[in-house]
Amino acid sequence: MIKRIAQTAGFTGLLAALLLTLLQSLWVAPLILQAETYEKPPATTEVTHEHAGAAAHPHDAEAWEPEDGWQRVLSTTGGNLVVAVGFALMLAGLYTLRAPTRTVQGLLWGLAGYATFVLAPTLGLPPELPGTAAADLTLRQSWWIGTAASTAAGIALIVFGRNWLLKVLGVAILAVPHVIGAPQPQVHSMLAPEALETQFKIASQLTNVAFWLALGLISAWLFRRHRDDRYPA
Amino acid sequence: MSITTSTSHSASSTATLSQRLSAAIGASILGACLVYFAGFSHIEAVHNAAHDTRHSAAFPCH
Repeated sequence: MIKRIAQTAGFTGLLAALLLTLLQSLWVAPLILQAETYEKPPATTEVTHEHAGAAAHPHDAEAWEPEDGWQRVLSTTGGNLVVAVGFALMLAGLYTLRAPTRTVQGLLWGLAGYATFVLAPTLGLPPELPGTAAADLTLRQSWWIGTAASTAAGIALIVFGRNWLLKVLGVAILAVPHVIGAPQPQVHSMLAPEALETQFKIASQLTNVAFWLALGLISAWLFRRHRDDRYPA
Repeated sequence: MSITTSTSHSASSTATLSQRLSAAIGASILGACLVYFAGFSHIEAVHNAAHDTRHSAAFPCH
């Protein structure tokens, strides 16, 4: 069972991360690079990633940073791989409780993942280009994690709840983080032009939809392939 | 003479609910740790390495 989860998660993460890297390289990364040209004006020196929130701290000059080019693509691929395997582990873990009866059901799991980890958090904290003012990082991360958790719980109750009371409870849990509201900066500002930001939001959402649909489909397919009961002990 | 007794074969090989539950929870926690490490870690070098991953996935960054 554990081998089945590991195999499903490993191969799914690898394939989905490669797809994600491809889409990013073609569409998302060029927008980030373009935004960074506004962030690092050639005249001034260290003005990287200035916070508009209370705790403005310049980045540690000592920390390693990949150089633009193959190094940056490679380290982004690594980041994608870790994130994709992580999400795939969650899916494969859930499949041991609710095994998909058909591979196509993976698309529904993928949609649920997209709603949980992208759509719901971006309703309060939209995808941002570098150089966009935002509230305190830890506050935003906490809201993001809380929103993902409550969306997951809400969707699970709505889909698997046996009676209408549980489904209504699911909707309520789904709404809680949005009633509380995401932490916002005191002053909204961005260095990149608004058209670039809009394009980035679309690129990020569509890339993430593709990533999650692929993740769901591939994981369901692999999970069903690695069936333990094909080899009874 | 031959009596069919192999019907319970496949049923006995499936894991119990508690085993499946612990595998599911374990895998989910491990997965969440991986996502947290790449997407939410405050270590500067990790942030820089996964910077574009974070922006693309709409994780809070900076």
